[in-house]
This record gives sequence, structure tokens and C-alpha cells, in this order.
Amino acid sequence: MAVGVLSVQGAVREHLEALASLGVEARPVRTPQEIAASNALIIPGGESTTIGKLMARYGLLQPVRDLVAAGKPLMGTCAGMILMAKNIQNSAADQPSLTLMGITVQRNAFGRQVESFETDIEVKGIDGRPVRAVFIRAPIITAVNGDVEVLATHQGRIVAARQRNMLALAFHPELTDDSRVHEYFVKMG
Amino acid sequence: MTEQSTWRNKVGLAEMLKGGVIMDVTTAEQAKIAEEAGAAAVMALERVPADIRAEGGVARMADPAKIREIIAAVTIPVMAKCRIGHFAEAQVLESLGVDFVDESEVLTPADEQFHVDKHQFKVPFVCGCRNLGEALRRIGEGAAMIRTKGEAGSGNIVEAVRHMRAVQSDIRRLTTLRSDELMAAAKDLGAPHSLVCDVARNGKLPVPNFAAGGIATPADASLVMQLGAEAVFVGSGVFKSDDPAARASAIVDATTYYDKPEVVARVSEGIGEPMPGIDVAKLDEKELLQTRGW
Repeated sequence: MAVGVLSVQGAVREHLEALASLGVEARPVRTPQEIAASNALIIPGGESTTIGKLMARYGLLQPVRDLVAAGKPLMGTCAGMILMAKNIQNSAADQPSLTLMGITVQRNAFGRQVESFETDIEVKGIDGRPVRAVFIRAPIITAVNGDVEVLATHQGRIVAARQRNMLALAFHPELTDDSRVHEYFVKMG
Repeated sequence: MTEQSTWRNKVGLAEMLKGGVIMDVTTAEQAKIAEEAGAAAVMALERVPADIRAEGGVARMADPAKIREIIAAVTIPVMAKCRIGHFAEAQVLESLGVDFVDESEVLTPADEQFHVDKHQFKVPFVCGCRNLGEALRRIGEGAAMIRTKGEAGSGNIVEAVRHMRAVQSDIRRLTTLRSDELMAAAKDLGAPHSLVCDVARNGKLPVPNFAAGGIATPADASLVMQLGAEAVFVGSGVFKSDDPAARASAIVDATTYYDKPEVVARVSEGIGEPMPGIDVAKLDEKELLQTRGW
């Protein structure tokens, strides 16, 4: 299977490297055609406002919605998670987003960059040692609806969730050498 | 165990800005225009480099009230500049909650010998460079992001191109050396041996490498991205142009689709005149900003 990593802005290379370490074919995607040709998609960390605006300008929102409707897996990390959410709490009214997943997110929930941190968390579905989670100006999930399953929390706040073929993470598994989260994602397909 | 402001947190924010455009702004209103255009971050300043160059005098950290105003206006990361070696300005910027500090040659240096010890801070730093040795010295001091110096406020891309090519070519050269040749290379570069070995092994800097200084058009952004920049800083280029909102948006698009000339062509149409710019070769050595720092 070929996994696309949305390559309009953000930490694309790190996801490509994590997938390559698992022997999974991965490529950067920036056009509707490239998204449609992917068997799964990752929306990386970056600036959600920037990525959302570029996705709207270049007609990339609908192809991602179509990919999810076709049952293909979608993972969003940090900014990607924000763009997947049906509700974004502190965002401009006209901010383009995918509005796909039954979660409400709060942007920059831990504060500014000097409050960024890393910690060990237990993620449901990932066995063995805890996952080292890197949080950077990170969002959190403040509410989940419907069949959304909470996969991880940090100090009582939801930082990872899954709804059918959609996986949303507030942290950055692509910034560590541990590829278990990517392995979990690839197996969703 | 929970750890705050780790090296991975600092470099991580720099990684998140890749493929993006960081724009100089001097007011909350400009910051909103930049955010609306798709800027990945803004740089809060008292004056843009073109005005610093024109007006002269000592250029210092911006007024904290101005920085607070810009922080309050946008949700994207806010950077601010401190003078080279002025660690007290850096402390003030950290306390204001800026997301990145640029220890910048655009401001008048406070110390002609020593740069800030950036490892002592929770906030990440970006520093300028003209070549690989300078980049690795700054990383050794704790910079989590490197940018070319270029020639700020000139509207002329030639110096950023020179600096980006110099860094990339030095990196390529290191990857061809035997391990027993790396100490001599470190001596020649004036750079820490451990970082020289890291670059020789990985073929890239250990932190993101951005372009800055003189970028004024969408094609300029495309050029530096194709030369190996991972993101672009635009200083005077946006708000010294005819139509800042249109130009800002066009440069954002050209940075993402830098290798698609048809996109760069389309976004370059009808965005008014760029900033006038100056011929760097006609500047007196003393007027250059890039020679500040070592």
C-alpha cells in the first residue's frame, strides 16, 4: 500500500522516514490526483491555519473527505488532528477545515512554545512500553461524539482518539524513533 | 517522566514550520494580514529591515507592548529579534512568551565577541549564517533553527543564494570525507567536531535550514527552496510592496509549490510591484548587515 503524506506545509519528511523504517511505501502528496491515488493519508504537524488555507485554495479538502468515505485510513498529528475535527474551539470563523471526525479540539491547549513538553503515555492498542509523546504548542480533544474511541489521555485530557478509519493525535510520533504508532496506523488499512 | 522545553521540543517547532513562510510584521494589523495569507509564523518587529537600513541609528529589540499586541492578534507562532549577544533582551522576549527568538544581525550587535548562550533558555532560537562553520557554531551554542543571513532589507536575493549555496556545498563536501579527515575539517570550519561528524553522517544540518534576507517575489521563494531551504523568511518583501496581502499569499503558495513553475507563474500575476530593492554590490562594506556576528 502507498501512504500519502500531505505535503503543503509542516513536518512531512519525519512521517516519510517513519513509514520507510517500517518498509511501507510512502510519498509526499500535494494535488487532488496524488491524494486520490493514495491508499492512506497522513496530515502532519505544522500550522493548521496555513495548511487549511492552502488545502482550500488548491482543492485538497474534498479529495481527503472522499478518501475517508472510501474507507481508507487517515491520521492527523497535531495540526492534522485540528483539521480533522468537526469542532475547533479557538479558531477564526472562516478557517477552512475537513470537519470529518466527531471530536472537539482546543488549539494551543497547553500554552505557548515555552510550555511545550514531552512525556510517557499509554496508548490503547499499542502494547509494551509507553509511547514517548512530544507535545509542541499542542491541541487537546475536549469532547468526543458518536463512535469515537479515546486512545490516550495526559493528566485527564484526551490526546489521542480513533473513529473507524480516522486516527487523531495531539502529539508527534514522527519526532521519535519509535514507529509503533505508524505501525498501528498502517494496520488500520 | 515529563520534561519541558527539551531539545526535541525546540527543534520540533522548527520542523513544524518547514514548507512555510515567516513574515516580518510591525503591527497587529499586519500580523493579521500575514496570518490570513497563510504565514506559518510572524516576526514581531519595531521596523522592517529596509527601514532600519534607511533610518540608521541603533536598532534594538521591539517594544514589549508591541510584541504583546502582536501575540494577542494571531494564533500562529510569534517570533521576535534580540541583538547579537544581548541575552537580557532574549530573557525579556522569553518572559513575554514569544515562540522563537531570532538572535539577529539585522539589529545592532550588543556584543562583538560573544553570541547568546542559547542552551540556557526554554525558548528556542534561530540564528543567521553565511556558511557551514557559522551555522555549526550557532547550533553548538544552542540554536534550534538556522537561516541564511542574506542581506536583509535589500530586496535582493543574491546574498541569500550565496549563503545557501555555501552551506549546501560545504555539507556535500563533508559527506565525501573519511572519518579521519573530519577533525581537520572541523578546524578549518571553526566548528565543533561532534557537529561536523553529525553533518558528514547525515548529509544535512542537525536542525532545519531556512532562507532569509532579500526574498521579495514568489520566484525568489521558489529559487531558495530549490537550492535546499526548508522554509522562507520574508522581511521587508511583503509590507514594503504595493499590495502586501496579495504578495504574502503568492509567496506562501510559491513556497509550497516551489517546484511547479506553472503555479509560481500564476500566483505571480497581478500582485503589484515588489519592494524597490538595492544593488548589494554598490553597498559599502560598513553598510552590510551580514558581516555582523562571526
